[in-house]
Amino acid sequence: MLKIKDLHASAGDKEILKGISLTVNAGEVHAIMGPNGSGKSTLAQVIAGHPGFDVTSGTIEYEGQDLLEMDAEIRAQAGVFLAFQYPVEIPGVTNAYFLRAAYNELRKARGEEEADPIEFLDIMEEKLKLVEMDTTMMQRSVNAGFSGGEKKRNEILQMAVLAPKLAVLDETDSGLDIDALRIVAGGVNTLKRPDNATIVVTHYQRLLNYIVPDHVHVLAGGRIVKSGGKELALELEAKGYDWLLEPAGV
Amino acid sequence: MPATAPYRDQFADYASNGGGEGPSWLPALRKEAFERFTTLGFPTTRDEDWHFTSVTPIAERTFKTVKAAPTTLTVSDIAPYLVDPSWHRLVFVNGRLEPSLSQFTELPADLQLSTLSEALREEPEWMEKHLGSLAAFDKAAFTALNTAFVQDGVVVRVPKSEEIDAPIHILHLVDGKADGAALHPRLLVVAEPLSRVVLVESFIGIGQPSYLVNGVAEVVVGNGARVDHYKVQRESRDAFHVGTTQVTQGRDSIYHSFSYAAGAALSRTNVYTKLAGEGGEARLNGLYVLDGSQHADHQTFVEHLAESCASRELYAGILDGSSHGVFNGKVYVDPIAQKTDGKQTNKALLLSPQARVDTKPQLEIFADDVKCTHGATIGRMDEAALFYLRSRGIGAENAKSLLTYAFAAEALETIEIDALRIALERYVFERFTNTTLE
Repeated sequence: MLKIKDLHASAGDKEILKGISLTVNAGEVHAIMGPNGSGKSTLAQVIAGHPGFDVTSGTIEYEGQDLLEMDAEIRAQAGVFLAFQYPVEIPGVTNAYFLRAAYNELRKARGEEEADPIEFLDIMEEKLKLVEMDTTMMQRSVNAGFSGGEKKRNEILQMAVLAPKLAVLDETDSGLDIDALRIVAGGVNTLKRPDNATIVVTHYQRLLNYIVPDHVHVLAGGRIVKSGGKELALELEAKGYDWLLEPAGV
Repeated sequence: MPATAPYRDQFADYASNGGGEGPSWLPALRKEAFERFTTLGFPTTRDEDWHFTSVTPIAERTFKTVKAAPTTLTVSDIAPYLVDPSWHRLVFVNGRLEPSLSQFTELPADLQLSTLSEALREEPEWMEKHLGSLAAFDKAAFTALNTAFVQDGVVVRVPKSEEIDAPIHILHLVDGKADGAALHPRLLVVAEPLSRVVLVESFIGIGQPSYLVNGVAEVVVGNGARVDHYKVQRESRDAFHVGTTQVTQGRDSIYHSFSYAAGAALSRTNVYTKLAGEGGEARLNGLYVLDGSQHADHQTFVEHLAESCASRELYAGILDGSSHGVFNGKVYVDPIAQKTDGKQTNKALLLSPQARVDTKPQLEIFADDVKCTHGATIGRMDEAALFYLRSRGIGAENAKSLLTYAFAAEALETIEIDALRIALERYVFERFTNTTLE
C-alpha cells in the first residue's frame, strides 16, 4: 500500500528526515517509536502532504501512485488520513459542517452522490457512539474549547467518518487519560479492516497495549535505527531508547 | 471651499421649494446647518478624524437633489432585501416613502412610528426639542449637510415601559432613477424609560447607480431602556455612503449596535454614544467585507460620562483585492466615570497582499478606577487551519472560503435576531464561496 524509499525531508534549511525506507501492506499496523525530535511527526506530516516540509530526495508510492505529486486534499481523497498531534481549532465552523464538507469531498472524488444534512446525521449517530461523543459536539466549533481528550476523540471521529485506507496517528495518545486512551484505541481497532493499514506514531509503548502493532520501527536522528515485532516496543519500554541511539551514532 | 459652492444654488432652490416648509424653527435650523457646511467644507485627510479616508471622490462631484417620483418597484422586487417579510417595515425608494411597499399596521397603538414630515406637522414642539439635539454639526460637515437638505426619514417614539420585540425595519433603496443624486435620510429614535425597541436599517443599492447617501440617526435611550440598532449597508458598488449615529444613554440603559458594511465604493460609518447615566452599557459591533478597490471606514466614540458603565466593541473586517479598511475606536473616560469597564477588539483578515487596514484605538482615560482594554489583530489566513482542512480532503480554495466565513462568525454571533444573523451569514458565505448555505 505504502512504499517509502530513502526519504529525505527538511524544514527550511534543516534536514529532519535523513533516509527513511518503510513498506506498509494492507491489513498491517506499524508503530513508529522514538525519542523527541527524532522526526516521527515530520514523517507523519510529510505523508499527509504538509506544505511546510520540502522532500529533497526519495520517493513515496501509495497504491502505485506517486504520493509526493499529490496535494494534501488529493491524498485525503485517495484515502490517506492523519490524526493530528495538535488538532487545530477552527472557531466559527461547526463540527457538523466541517465533517459533512470533508465527507462529501471524498464522495465527490469517488464519483458518489453527496450526502444531504439529514442523511449525514444518520451516519454521524453511529460514528459518535464509537468515540462515546454526544451529538451536542456536532454543533460546537471544530475543536474550539475542546479538552485534550475531546480533541483526540474528534480526530478518531473524523477517521471513522472518512474511513481511510491509510491512517497515520501522530502521538494520538499524548495527553490522554486512561479512559480517553481506551476510547481512542477502541475506535481505531473497530475501524481496522483487512484492506486498510495504520501507522501509529508514539513516544510511549502504552498505546500499543491497546493497538497491537505487527511491526515496530525505532526512529532516531531522522533514520529508522531498528525494526522488529511487537516485542520491540516492550523492550523499549523496559530499556529506554539510549541503547539504540549510541550504536546508531545519534 | 469650492467643493461646497455648487450646493449653494441647490440649497436656495430647495429652501424655496419644500425645504422652507414645516414649523418656523426648521428653515432657520436648515440655514444654520448649510452655512456651517460651507464654512467647514468637506473634510480632508488633514482632519484627524479623516486621516485615513479621503472624501475627494465625493467632494469633487456635485450630487443633485433627487426628484421625488413614485417607484415602479413591487413587493416581489424588494423581497430579497426584507430579511423577514413579517417585520414591520418602512420602505423608502430614492428617499421617498412608498406606502405600498411598507407594512406597519398592527403596531402597538401607543408606539409612534411616523415619517419625519408627519412628525414635523403633528408634533412640531416635540420635534424641535429632539431633532438635532444629539447630531451636532458644528464640527461635522456631513451632519451639517444632512441637516440642511434632509428630505424625509423616520421618527420612532417608544412610550415608557413599552417593549416591542418585533424588529422595525427601515429600508432605504436606491435605484437607477437616483443616479447622480444625494440622499440625506434621517432617523430619530426616542426610547422612553424602561422601553425596548429593535431597529434594522438597510441601505441597499439596486443595480449599479452612483449616488451619495448621507444619513444621520439620533437615538435617545432612556433610563432602563434598551435599543438594538442594526445597520446593513449594501449600497451600489459605485455609490458613496456616510452614516452617523449619535446616541445618548440614560441610567442602566443598553444600546446595542451592529454595523454590516459590504457595499459602496467608499463608506464611512460613525457610531457615537454617550453613557450619561450610571450603569449604562454600550455594545458596538460590526463586520465589514470588502474587495476590489472598496474603502470602508468605521469610527466609534464611546464617552463614559457616569460611573459603572460598560462598553464592549468588536469590529471585524475581511479585505480582498486592493480594498482598504479603517477602524478608529475612541473611548473617553471622564474623571467622574469610576468603575468604567471598557473593552475594544478590532480584527482584520487580509486575503490579498494589496489589501490594507489602518486601525487606530484612542483611549483617553481621566478616572483612576477603570478597566479599559483594547486589542487589534491584523492577519492573513491561518496556515495551520488551512492544512487541517486540506488534510481532510477539502480543496485549498474551499478551505480558504470556509476559514474566511469562520472569521466573520465571531462578529456575526453578536447579532441577536436569528433571521438577520442568518441572512448576513449567507451574504458573507456566498460572497466567499460561490456556493449557497443551507
